[in-house]
Amino acid sequence: MTGEAKLGSSAPKIRFREPQIEMAHGAGGKASRRLVEGLFAPFFFGGSPEPLGDAAHLEINGAQIAVTTDSFVVNPLVFPGGSIGELAVNGTVNDLAVSGARPETIVVTLILEAGLRTEVLHAEIQAMANAAQEADVRIAGGDTKVVEHGKADSMYITTTGLGAPLPGIQVDSRSVRPGDKVLLSGPIGDHGITILLARGELDMEGDLRSDTRSVFPMVRAVAQAAGPGVRWMRDPTRGGVATSLNELARDCGLGVILFEDSVPVRDAVRGACELLGLDPLHIANEGQFLTVVAPDLADAALKALQETPGGEAARIIGEIRERPAGSVLVTTLYGGSRIVDMLVGDPLPRIC
Amino acid sequence: MKYVDEFRDPELINKAADEIRRLADPNRHYRLMEVCGGHTHAIYRFGLKDVLPPNIELIHGPGCPVCVLPMGRIDDALSIAENPDVIFAAFGDMMRVPGTNGSPLEHKARGMDVRIVYSPSDAIKLAKTNPQKHVMFFAIGFETTAPSTALTLQRAKSEGLHNFSVFCNHVTIIPAIRAILDSPDMRLDGFIGPGHVSTVIGCRPYEWIAQNEHKPIVVCGFEPLDLLQSIVMLLTQLQKGEARVENQYKRVVPWEGNRAALKAMAETFQLRPYFEWRGLGFISQSALRIHEQYAEWDAEQRFHVPGIRVTDPKAAQCGEVLKGVLKPAQCKLFGRECTPENPVGALMVSSEGSCAAYFNYEHRKNALVTSLNAPA
Repeated sequence: MTGEAKLGSSAPKIRFREPQIEMAHGAGGKASRRLVEGLFAPFFFGGSPEPLGDAAHLEINGAQIAVTTDSFVVNPLVFPGGSIGELAVNGTVNDLAVSGARPETIVVTLILEAGLRTEVLHAEIQAMANAAQEADVRIAGGDTKVVEHGKADSMYITTTGLGAPLPGIQVDSRSVRPGDKVLLSGPIGDHGITILLARGELDMEGDLRSDTRSVFPMVRAVAQAAGPGVRWMRDPTRGGVATSLNELARDCGLGVILFEDSVPVRDAVRGACELLGLDPLHIANEGQFLTVVAPDLADAALKALQETPGGEAARIIGEIRERPAGSVLVTTLYGGSRIVDMLVGDPLPRIC
Repeated sequence: MKYVDEFRDPELINKAADEIRRLADPNRHYRLMEVCGGHTHAIYRFGLKDVLPPNIELIHGPGCPVCVLPMGRIDDALSIAENPDVIFAAFGDMMRVPGTNGSPLEHKARGMDVRIVYSPSDAIKLAKTNPQKHVMFFAIGFETTAPSTALTLQRAKSEGLHNFSVFCNHVTIIPAIRAILDSPDMRLDGFIGPGHVSTVIGCRPYEWIAQNEHKPIVVCGFEPLDLLQSIVMLLTQLQKGEARVENQYKRVVPWEGNRAALKAMAETFQLRPYFEWRGLGFISQSALRIHEQYAEWDAEQRFHVPGIRVTDPKAAQCGEVLKGVLKPAQCKLFGRECTPENPVGALMVSSEGSCAAYFNYEHRKNALVTSLNAPA
């Protein structure tokens, strides 16, 4: 997460008082938010941060620049539909895209464990190069560190991305209004469940692939079709759709109503979630994005999405209402409803 | 998805809800207990309270194994796992259950070797891949999960696996229902009977509830339509003044139960003379320990167990909530000191715990009923 720095305030107010870091602090849910807002934001952003977005938009010597960074620690390194290298490029590309920027350039930091087989590294570097070419971004440089055997799990990758803000759209949760529509680009949960199955700890098999890909073509299509009507965008990675929408609800102070039957979920993902007691709304994605669009432009945005390759399964999955303020409510066709909160704890660590 | 979608069909659900409204006597208040935590979870997850008439009150029962386990048992098991040669293996929903000095997950962050497994056979696999370590599986659950622990014990014995043991917390459902019925502050009209437990024990063990206590009980599945259909069946019996055991979950539950599973359990477990339940106190013959013939795989015999007894934090009213006397939100700590993130009691941890279900799906909702009815 990235926000704009405001320096010069007095002693930061630290609200994060937990005695040690737990896996949950990296899971993208409530604990992550407490850490970012309670420890990082007070030091880096002077206490009262702007709502934290996927990338910061800065002005440097008159030039508009979007910047973001992300680290990848996924285990296993290679999984159906992708690998850590591909994820490292697409993840950062997507953070730039949903901030409303065209991804341009990436720099890479590799942390390698001594003993890593060269062919494994070779494959990942190739995967990064391919993903960069496909996403039309340039890899401009990087850094490599090697740590002792046993001090890292094969390899970790950090990518930092620079992008150019798209003209005519302003992604800001505070611009969201009651009546706005919530759009989703396609079926959810593929990545998280694929990783879970790829670990082979479950003795379960499923015909699933990670959805890792650049979402920029779809973002661009929505921006062209609905420009000023695009209020907010987010790629629902760790913590899933539920966590992203809860962050939105909290940031804008409004309620998000989801129509359960409209949320696309593949049968294999639903089945695995039923068996494991997980909610697909909490499962990570690496190639989908959510957007909130003004009601009069929502249909145009949906049409543009569906006409973009990869966006065929896009749907309007919900809408913004005054209440439940700050919460996400899922409704069913038979009139039942439930609150869906951010992810608590971490059912599936190290998925990206 | 087959066997799921047809039980979530809005049209059928609306029909069942209509039938419930037709059967329910508006001058009568119905108190029905869903025994099983899985039902509690489903009721909140599918928002079923929204489709039931207000005079049908669902009371959450004691059928959440994580919730009824006293904290001392967790402390005992964790004290064994303080030994650096021991790997503590448990299901995921145990990981965040608080012990006196923190949950298994917090112990893991402090360096204890704690692993999440999805079945006891995963724990066996763990023992085989870590021959220099001892793997202790923290077994928990009603008759639903006891057979898989039983088969695992049999396998450990037949394969001569010596670096594996089970810390057994299995409990049985019938004594708990009896304790609830014996409780003077509990007036119930009928039971939504356990689904998964009944796949193992069958329906016969409930007959005394109908015959001696004159309460109807319907063994029920876990989809929205299952629950509504079971309520229809209960109301039909109540309207006729009947009290019978019925099986709504026939697609899974045989009337006689699962003989092979019961046989494996009889071979590997013995009844404990008594066992402590959170909220319900000591209940005689309500839990299983590992059979003498499997003593080598019984963590309680293999290791020194301190036998820690801890009372729940005074302000927490887990016991009253477990017995169905209080609703989750009526507990003084609910939503303030006790949340899913910082649980004080186990009912706030397990997905089957009524407090967690209520907090996750229902809490904050009451204020919004109007917003649902408002135009889009």
